[in-house]
Amino acid sequence: MRPALLATVFLIASCGLAYELIAGTLASYLLGDSVMQFSTVIGTYLFAMGIGSWLSQYITGRLALRFVQIELLVGLLGGVSAAALFLLYAWVEGPFRLALYLLVLLIGTLVGLEIPLVMRILRQHIGFRDLVSQVLTFDYLGALVVSLLFPMVLAPQLGVVRSAFLFGLLNVLVSLWTIRLFRDELPVRALHLQCGLAALLLSAGFIGSDRITTLAEENLYADRIVYTETTPYQRIVVTRWRDDIRLFLNNNLQFSSRDEYRYHEALIHPALATLPHPARVLVLGGGDGLAVRELLKYPTIQSITLVDLDPAMTRLFSQYPQLTQLNQNALTSPKVQVVNADALVWLEQDAGRYDFIVVDFPDPSNYSVGKLYTEAFYRLMDRHLKEDGLAVIQSTSPMYARRAYWTIVTTLEAAGLQATPYHALVPSFGEWGYIIASHHPYQPPRKFTVPLRFLSPESLPPLFNFPPDMARVPAEVNRLNNQSLVRLFESEWREVIR
Amino acid sequence: MHRRDFLKMLGAGCLSGCTPPAPPFPKGELLGVSHDLGHRLHDGTLPAPNSTRHARVVIVGAGVAGLSAAWALRRAGINDFVVLELEKESGGNARAGENAVSAYPWGAHYLPIPTMESKAVRVLLAELGVLQGDPFAQRPRYDERHLCHIPHERLFWNGRWQEGLMPQFGASREDLAQIQQFDELIAHYRQRRDAHGRKAFALPMAHSAQEADLLALDTVSFREFLLSKGLTAAPLHWYVDYCCRDDFGCTAAQTSAWAGLHYFCCRDGEGSNATSDSVLTWAEGNAWLTRRLAAPVGQRLHTQAAVFRVEEQSRKVLLDVFHAGENRSERLIADHVIWAAPLFALPRIFADCPSDLAAAIAQTSHAPWLTANLTLRQPPTGKSGAPLSWDNVLYGTPSLGYVVATHQRLRVTPAPTVLTYYRALTEETPAQGRQRLLNTPWRVWADDILRELSVPHPDIAQHVQRIDLWRNGHAMIRPTVGFIWGNARARLQQTGQRLHLAHADLSGFSLFEEAQYRGIIAAERVMEQEGLRYVSLVA
Ligand SMILES: Cc1cc2nc3c(=O)[nH]c(=O)nc-3n(C[C@H](O)[C@H](O)[C@H](O)COP(=O)(O)OP(=O)(O)OC[C@H]3O[C@@H](n4cnc5c(N)ncnc54)[C@H](O)[C@@H]3O)c2cc1C
Repeated sequence: MRPALLATVFLIASCGLAYELIAGTLASYLLGDSVMQFSTVIGTYLFAMGIGSWLSQYITGRLALRFVQIELLVGLLGGVSAAALFLLYAWVEGPFRLALYLLVLLIGTLVGLEIPLVMRILRQHIGFRDLVSQVLTFDYLGALVVSLLFPMVLAPQLGVVRSAFLFGLLNVLVSLWTIRLFRDELPVRALHLQCGLAALLLSAGFIGSDRITTLAEENLYADRIVYTETTPYQRIVVTRWRDDIRLFLNNNLQFSSRDEYRYHEALIHPALATLPHPARVLVLGGGDGLAVRELLKYPTIQSITLVDLDPAMTRLFSQYPQLTQLNQNALTSPKVQVVNADALVWLEQDAGRYDFIVVDFPDPSNYSVGKLYTEAFYRLMDRHLKEDGLAVIQSTSPMYARRAYWTIVTTLEAAGLQATPYHALVPSFGEWGYIIASHHPYQPPRKFTVPLRFLSPESLPPLFNFPPDMARVPAEVNRLNNQSLVRLFESEWREVIR
Repeated sequence: MHRRDFLKMLGAGCLSGCTPPAPPFPKGELLGVSHDLGHRLHDGTLPAPNSTRHARVVIVGAGVAGLSAAWALRRAGINDFVVLELEKESGGNARAGENAVSAYPWGAHYLPIPTMESKAVRVLLAELGVLQGDPFAQRPRYDERHLCHIPHERLFWNGRWQEGLMPQFGASREDLAQIQQFDELIAHYRQRRDAHGRKAFALPMAHSAQEADLLALDTVSFREFLLSKGLTAAPLHWYVDYCCRDDFGCTAAQTSAWAGLHYFCCRDGEGSNATSDSVLTWAEGNAWLTRRLAAPVGQRLHTQAAVFRVEEQSRKVLLDVFHAGENRSERLIADHVIWAAPLFALPRIFADCPSDLAAAIAQTSHAPWLTANLTLRQPPTGKSGAPLSWDNVLYGTPSLGYVVATHQRLRVTPAPTVLTYYRALTEETPAQGRQRLLNTPWRVWADDILRELSVPHPDIAQHVQRIDLWRNGHAMIRPTVGFIWGNARARLQQTGQRLHLAHADLSGFSLFEEAQYRGIIAAERVMEQEGLRYVSLVA
């Protein structure tokens, strides 16, 4: 009986520590600031164990029965803890922290009850001095094993949610074992039934934990996630619902496959269709290859250089079947050269001049990206634009960020370029703005020679017309030393999204 | 990365994150002005001259003042001069270093937008293409690449970064009211003009109005002055004290109220694309300017050439120069000498130094400074609030914070960087500070700096690769109470027959504009005495 009970101590100590680690890991994953999360979780847990030990004095009779019940409860609570927290975080906004600490408090208290109870049970078999030393030895050993196993094997191999279910099952195992040891004093049948139910639930969780995790993550997005990757630059998420594929970068929608053709046709063709013989094209940003797909419709184009910061983006859009289908394998075309570099650094070094430059950067939501919308940047861009060349700049929404939009127009003009503003309706974005920059006055094309779904000679002219609610407003030049655009952009969009 | 990998990373990171493996301690060097050579200049151990050479004009010191004197001479078409510089490199307090990550300053790192009075600065900037169009326009255009990019400055206070250096976030209502009162006081002095239309506080300072009540401000400390105006708020006093330490190397309690007000009032230059709080800055700091001033001097600039004896004769000046690289000395016989080196060493070098001049120089005092350049594998991260800026200041610490050397670089993605950390040793007397500077080992400074910076940046130690230190015992003259408009500085203005003093020391505080002004004035005086025609750059 003694070795069996000591093995029990080892197991319950392992499970106890495991729940603590799981709660800490999950909290850091979801809330960030791991030092903070770990300290507070461990602190709460230790404190709760203290409460448990203290409460144990009130348990007087039927020690073995109480122990089995506590064990089952720990197993159930601990086992589902990770899944429950994860789902809670994804589905309910508010009380995540409250739930986290309550759960930690509860599990901690139950775990705190365990060891004193085991000791009291064991006292009937071992002398007190040996008892304390042996129980504590196995307690600490269990902790050591889990603290090594969890980060090195369990979390990476099973994931946090599944590990929790596994430990829950271990607790149930301990219960079963204890029932066996004390079969004479316990209501064996009823307890077996309870254990069976708990084991069933936990096994189901263990098997379905991948589904639970996805379910939770998916709720952060509306549709099913088909791809996620965190790169040094951004978090890439691709979702799909029926035939609608969406790309999110840092949780911002980049395109929806339902209407991206509107966005990209409007970006490329009004300018490109007026160039008599475009040969060399530069694309800055646009790692999804959708703008390149439009460019490749023009047979005169000999070379397209695409400069995008993130190799993960261009790799994804060169290899992932559903996405390459969307961009029609644009990025692997022999005419296309993909460069993964910081556009500012690259432009300083590149000596090329281009017939057409497509500037498709993320919106100016911080000072870093904001540099790509400054007068200095446009002067740099201008050095790469041929005398008869054209550039087009995606420039946020003239509807929702009106002053920001006209700031970009003003800035291009300050850089000595002629700016022709226009806009198009892209349902998933709303009314979107573009600007053509040139050295000579720009005239819209009278016809299009390539197949298009959105633009036509008739649908084009209204795009250059700005109704009163989007009409030009006076604006400051966006410069490296003021970056007025970033502030405007932030405040205008805050009004819209709120 | 997939979710599983992320968790793997987290699982591994969290446990080890509680006890991170200590990264190797950064490496670095302890550098500084040539202390030993400086001492040998007047302890009689340098070899006697073994050759003699004639020169029309000799400029001693290739800091901003000396190089500006050479610039003024060159502009007037006078080319027979030599410049002697003690150190291996020219630049003086505007010197810079460079490593694989970036160039970085060891001293001066910026220039405010020049005022209308700073004519010579405008001409120089126009010559270098920084100022575009008419250099004397009220609001000329500046090359955007050299204007300090946004975000400009931030302050770490109450556990978070706030934009700007004036403590606002967390200040009490009373504090804010006093800050407003202070701003109004400054606005009042900024607007004040004398009967000739001169500003109360102009830059260069020699153009300032000389009304008695203004000059009287020199007789109280800036701190007392503020207290006398009922300004007692602690955040305000911290800010003002910070500004004094930053610009003058002494505390607000030591700084003359005239000098303190000068700092806040004089910078009113504007550009068509720059406001009066804009500054011009470069990765290598003002070395960007001094290197462009030094390049055309070419062969006439002799580095590692220390002047250790000066003797003024009726028609000539004799200069004994030690060429440290060749370990020999030489005597120069000059028609004119422009002394553009700091004044504190002059009495011991200048044979028959007039006693009143020596007495005046004895009244000057110089602040010891420590500069550190920290090379980081990635930009510092940490506490929330305003983003990493050009100038990053910590409230209530002994340092002046740090400037990001790579700030002006045109790039979007984070990359390795160099932070220039500044510290004026103001906790003790300058002499004690110099002793501390001399006696403190590299590791003690390095630990101290990392400890200070890890408050806003808890993980900074893991990202620092190098900490290089520069010690400068006599870094800049201190505008202490009574010095600016007292007799001592007045004596320094009196020019000798053939030995012309030209150093920022003559202004009582050290700024590019002042050093340049003093250098040009000396050069123009030489030209005048020689009966040469020139168009003044400063009148
Ligand atoms: C840490 C620090 C930061 C600063 N930041 C700024 C700033 O941001 N903006 C600003 O405007 N100002 C700043 N300053 C002030 C700076 O001192 C002035 O801008 C300017 O560089 C002073 O130039 P100077 O020619 O008067 O003197 P120095 O720079 O002192 O030049 C004197 C030169 O003489 C040489 N010399 C000395 N003795 C001899 C000898 N016996 N023989 C030959 N040569 C000799 C020295 O080596 C030195 O090169 C800063 C100063 C320091 C110390």
